[in-house]
Amino acid sequence: MINAVGREIPEEILKITGKEGYQGAKAKDNYEFKRGSAKIRAMVDPGRSKLADSIRDVLEKCGIKDGMTISFHHHFREGDYVVNMVMEEIHNMGIKDLSICASSLGKAHDPMVPMIEDGTITSIRSSGVRGRIGEAISTGKLKNLAVMCSHGGRVRAIESGEVHIDIAFIGAPSADEYGNLRANGGKSNCGVLSYAMADAQYADKVVAITDTLVPFPNVPASISMTNVDYVVVVDEIGNPAKIATGAAKPTTDMRKLRMADYCTQFVINTPYFKNGFSYQTGVGGASIASTISLAEEMEKRGIRMGFGVGGLTTPMCGLLERGLVDVLVDTQDFDLGAVESIQKHPDRHIEISASEYANPFNKGAYVNKLDFVILAALEVDVNFNCNVVVGSDGVITGAQGGHPDTAAGAKCTIVIAPLLQGRIPAVCTNVTTVTTPGETVDVVITDYGIAINPKRQDLIECMKNTKLPIRSIEELRDTAYSIVGEPDPVQFGDRVVGIIEGRDGTVMDVVREIRPYEFEN
Amino acid sequence: MEIKKAAMAGTLESSDAQVTVEPGENGIQLSIESSVIHQFGRQIKATVEETLERLEVTNAKVTVVDKGALDCTLKARVECAVYRSNGIAENIPWGGAVR
Amino acid sequence: MSHPNKKRLRRSMMFLNCQKPGLIKDPYIYRPDSIMLDLEDAVAENQKDAARYSLFHALREIDYRGVERVVRINGLDTAHWKEDIRVCVAGGADTIRIAKTESARDVHTVEEHVLAAEREFGRPEGSTLLMAALESCRGVLHALEVCESSERLIGIALSGGDYTKDLQTVITGTGVELQGARQQMIIAARAAGVQCWDTVFTNLDAMDVFEEEVRMIKMMGFDGKSLVNPRQIDVVHKVFTPSQKEIIFAEKVVREIDEKKAMGIGVFTVDGKMIDIAFYDGAKRTIDLAKASGVYEGDL
Repeated sequence: MINAVGREIPEEILKITGKEGYQGAKAKDNYEFKRGSAKIRAMVDPGRSKLADSIRDVLEKCGIKDGMTISFHHHFREGDYVVNMVMEEIHNMGIKDLSICASSLGKAHDPMVPMIEDGTITSIRSSGVRGRIGEAISTGKLKNLAVMCSHGGRVRAIESGEVHIDIAFIGAPSADEYGNLRANGGKSNCGVLSYAMADAQYADKVVAITDTLVPFPNVPASISMTNVDYVVVVDEIGNPAKIATGAAKPTTDMRKLRMADYCTQFVINTPYFKNGFSYQTGVGGASIASTISLAEEMEKRGIRMGFGVGGLTTPMCGLLERGLVDVLVDTQDFDLGAVESIQKHPDRHIEISASEYANPFNKGAYVNKLDFVILAALEVDVNFNCNVVVGSDGVITGAQGGHPDTAAGAKCTIVIAPLLQGRIPAVCTNVTTVTTPGETVDVVITDYGIAINPKRQDLIECMKNTKLPIRSIEELRDTAYSIVGEPDPVQFGDRVVGIIEGRDGTVMDVVREIRPYEFEN
Repeated sequence: MEIKKAAMAGTLESSDAQVTVEPGENGIQLSIESSVIHQFGRQIKATVEETLERLEVTNAKVTVVDKGALDCTLKARVECAVYRSNGIAENIPWGGAVR
Repeated sequence: MSHPNKKRLRRSMMFLNCQKPGLIKDPYIYRPDSIMLDLEDAVAENQKDAARYSLFHALREIDYRGVERVVRINGLDTAHWKEDIRVCVAGGADTIRIAKTESARDVHTVEEHVLAAEREFGRPEGSTLLMAALESCRGVLHALEVCESSERLIGIALSGGDYTKDLQTVITGTGVELQGARQQMIIAARAAGVQCWDTVFTNLDAMDVFEEEVRMIKMMGFDGKSLVNPRQIDVVHKVFTPSQKEIIFAEKVVREIDEKKAMGIGVFTVDGKMIDIAFYDGAKRTIDLAKASGVYEGDL
């Protein structure tokens, strides 16, 4: 079938996954369902301990076996040791046919590749796949379909019971022996444990892994003892230097600064820029620069932000310090400044769950209350569809993360991308893979000009009296093509190796196996 | 032009291409490696072949390692390598064989 | 008749290394008035040939969107300058920047070769403009003769690094070592009716000092500055942007002079200031600058 973003979804894929094709951003509004459930083993005996001796011990206690689904969170980012330490032990035990349900997988998890190749891992669902795992999926090494989902979509799948987690492994910077887990108070603080919260509630078995055991009670807990079965103490859960890095130096790249300036000018010329507005941005150079320049405008005009959502970085937390925002709600900390901020301002910098953040299938998430979201993209096409997952070489290389969720929720979704990345045009006729539907994207800002989605005549009207270089999206594409030439479509093989899952669980697009490039004669 | 000795031009920096030409006998043996091969391989090949043709290079081993260079850069690197292989750096036929 | 672009606006003239494809492919994004594609110091001795092929195709195939394309060629004491001139003219460069100019004779030498190249490549004679970089004490002392040396010459630029070496001092950051050259050059340029540009400022961490220097050279009368980084462009343009007060005054001056001239009145007052025809060109320049800076909303 052809879905609502014009992508051909093979019937066979719909059959295998039991899914429908994507039908539109709001097609599943009012959708009714029963929440999934977890099998709980009661803790009646006060004398029983939750402490396990080792990863091996806890795997045995949890009854790990072939075909199970296990989950991980990605708050330790590229500094994570937990996934590899658990997987190595599972691999040693000879367990096969596992499904991995991760909030994201990065280069730190390259050691999983041989386990994909030997059938230890046969399914992956993740909101991000980078590094060699992406290559392994794209070259057809994973037995079953990879499911690339958004952050909101992952929680939806867990809470709705579409995915049932047998064992959740939760790396915790600090824990007490009864399983109260905090994101701070340890050696490898990550600020929040938002993405692990649904796992803790919906998995049959929940295992906490920590390197810092603290006296009971470890409060206020991000994840409560009421949801934790076992606690394992290891030497190191991660590399602190890679978990919370120093704040990135503000960019001096004139191209990014120009795009940031366009972005700020755009934002302040919309009707949403008024006291109490809400805002989310990413960690790219231009995004951070636009937060910095927006703060100047807010100060100049005496306008305060009501709440900021993150993925947070030092510049966003700086708004809190300067009294420019009332509340920050936080699902992930990208640098030390953000980790420190949440500890320093427990009243105004608040940890929220991934479900509260972005789940389309609960009774209301923060993304629905966003005025602005500033995003990046690998490619945007003339229908404003974005690709944030598949690289120009056809290989899975990125993460949906909260991209589709925030785009769907925000009143004004702005995508910033330099028009040319080397020879690759960011604005094109047809994205390689649709990951965020164009109907949810309002503005594309490039160094060559700004395009507003024709659906948003109101925004087009707002910008009429500004000096911003407003172009049509086709003009931007034509400019790009006039410089680099028109790109050929990536040559894929026939086999579908993964699906891009819409945040509502439908199929947005499929990702096919790559094949070596061949010149035609 | 004849390829008299092996010569190279260009770098492996982003937006550049490194072109090597070596003497050959049976026509053009062209090898292309590119960071953008999927989307631009066809155009890179065409540009390199056209440039060689304009320079009347008929026998050579040509290796292109492309890092997302535009056509104007690809041409410049091929031309430079070919003229270097002939030890020529002056009185270049600008607007003639080089265009 | 003088070349129509001889006096075009040149506040910001940004150097770019011809040998770096990533730099020369779309610098117009930063909106400088001119780019200076460098074949000289930025290009390693063994890459001079490579830089010329890149330059040729850049000039021929990249649409620089109205930004002036100046090429800095190698000095007359090198083996490269003749081929540099050929490629500049064949490619259709707007202007050639002559490095290390010491005398009118240097300009004449280049001019001869440019003319020969214009004939060789079938370009209109006189279409290639020249500018001269003064990089030595001798060159600075000969500023006036250089300025008056050729109808093609648009102006002179100070090259402070080499000049201070010749002066046996260094760039101090105070500007004291450049005072004499700056004054001498701007006076010579104005006497000859050509433009004048200040030297580069290389410390990108001291943007405030840079801005001060731009303010100073503007006050001294310079038309603009050679730049090394795109971040410097907006600063220069900001400093060179006339204030609303200046624009309104200039508008009044132009209108009043046009009106009073018709009535045969020579001297009159605008906002309490004595004005005569000598103010006309300055007022026109202010309005042109305002237009270029995108801040002019009047109808003159």
